[in-house]
Amino acid sequence: MWPNKFEYTRAGSVDEALGAISDEGKFLAGGHSLLPVMKLRLDAPEQLVDIGGIDSLRGISANGELSIGATTTHAEIAASADVQAMCAGLASACGQVGDQAVRNFGTIGGNIAHADPASDPPTVLVACGATVHIQGAGGARSVGAEDFFVDLFETALDDGELITSVSLPNCSDCQCAYVKFPHPASRYAIVGVAVCLKMDGDTCASADVAVGGATVKAVKCAGAEAALAGSTLDDAALSAAAEAVKADIGDWLAGDIAYPEAYRQQMAGVFLKRAVAAATG
Amino acid sequence: MQVAITVNGVDHERDVDPRTLLVHFLREELDLTGAKIGCDTSQCGACTVHLDGKVLKSCTLLAVQADGADVTTIEGLAEGGEHHPMQTSFWENHGLQCGYCTPGMIMASAAFAQDNPGASEDEIRHYLEGNICRCTGYHNIVKAVKQVADAAAT
Repeated sequence: MWPNKFEYTRAGSVDEALGAISDEGKFLAGGHSLLPVMKLRLDAPEQLVDIGGIDSLRGISANGELSIGATTTHAEIAASADVQAMCAGLASACGQVGDQAVRNFGTIGGNIAHADPASDPPTVLVACGATVHIQGAGGARSVGAEDFFVDLFETALDDGELITSVSLPNCSDCQCAYVKFPHPASRYAIVGVAVCLKMDGDTCASADVAVGGATVKAVKCAGAEAALAGSTLDDAALSAAAEAVKADIGDWLAGDIAYPEAYRQQMAGVFLKRAVAAATG
Repeated sequence: MQVAITVNGVDHERDVDPRTLLVHFLREELDLTGAKIGCDTSQCGACTVHLDGKVLKSCTLLAVQADGADVTTIEGLAEGGEHHPMQTSFWENHGLQCGYCTPGMIMASAAFAQDNPGASEDEIRHYLEGNICRCTGYHNIVKAVKQVADAAAT
């Protein structure tokens, strides 16, 4: 399948990219979200500005917090010792995107700009309180991940704005995991659950929980968090959290003929328990 | 737009429409038809090649993105007239039925076995999640990959 015709520009710097982008243009990094959508003619930008060669947008640094450049690939994030140490859930989620070939070229910035509800990294970014750093012609701004994902394939990005990096608080003293039920063919998440637990001995001092796949966007789950916090993560607390998570995502459910909304909602509870087991196991 | 791409050790310069996918460039410009267009949605892996040593689904990259890169296709995997060990192993274990997925399977597996000597059957099956065989001939494919991974570990 051939995408629509477009004008192609290669940018050497962020300023060059922001100067080149037109109203009908899109930025191209790895292309592993954008090109499939263009091939299916679900999108037809008139211009692509290739940011894949901009060195300053790529790489991972760990100075107190984790900072990941927008064009860093899923494979690079999954393999990074810094990410594994500071946010194990994100390393795990990036290691579960698609397959190895997709992870070698798909980028974190492209992934979140696309905002596919069934993708893996957004769920962890929302659970772990990540911040998305954005640059536009008018200057730079930062948006919390929870506010960045607005709705189905919809983000807080304005036209002509470029994601430059994503930052995460140091989560090395948390127990953090991402567990998903992958679609048998596409490997996209039918349900994906991220948990980030702060433990005080056997007691869960605080919990962060987010669900994706089952929902039109990654959703932070306050009810499930409250059910886990203060507990010893015993069966009663896990069952309460599994019930609560179904209510948390109730307004945002997504489904299809094979995996309807009610099924995914039920599975969110099941996979929440598995995510807690993975985080503490 | 002008692109210069090294494919199987040979430099090629072409003027391409920017919307040309790498798989189209390989098949239609260079007549390298080993990489197949299967699902065309980055799921099946029939179009798998190596780009700068990394496994890539060539239906999901523009040829202009590969400008300056070094691409290896199934046609370039054999060296000096000798099959790559993965090609030999697919032959010996009959790791194919209709053969449509085979170039992609071999390209994906060759990279994997080299980086994961001694990989278990489970690891191999998990890794090959991005390559689909419609004949469902996975058993011998996995056997073929295991033979190379085992040999790499000794």
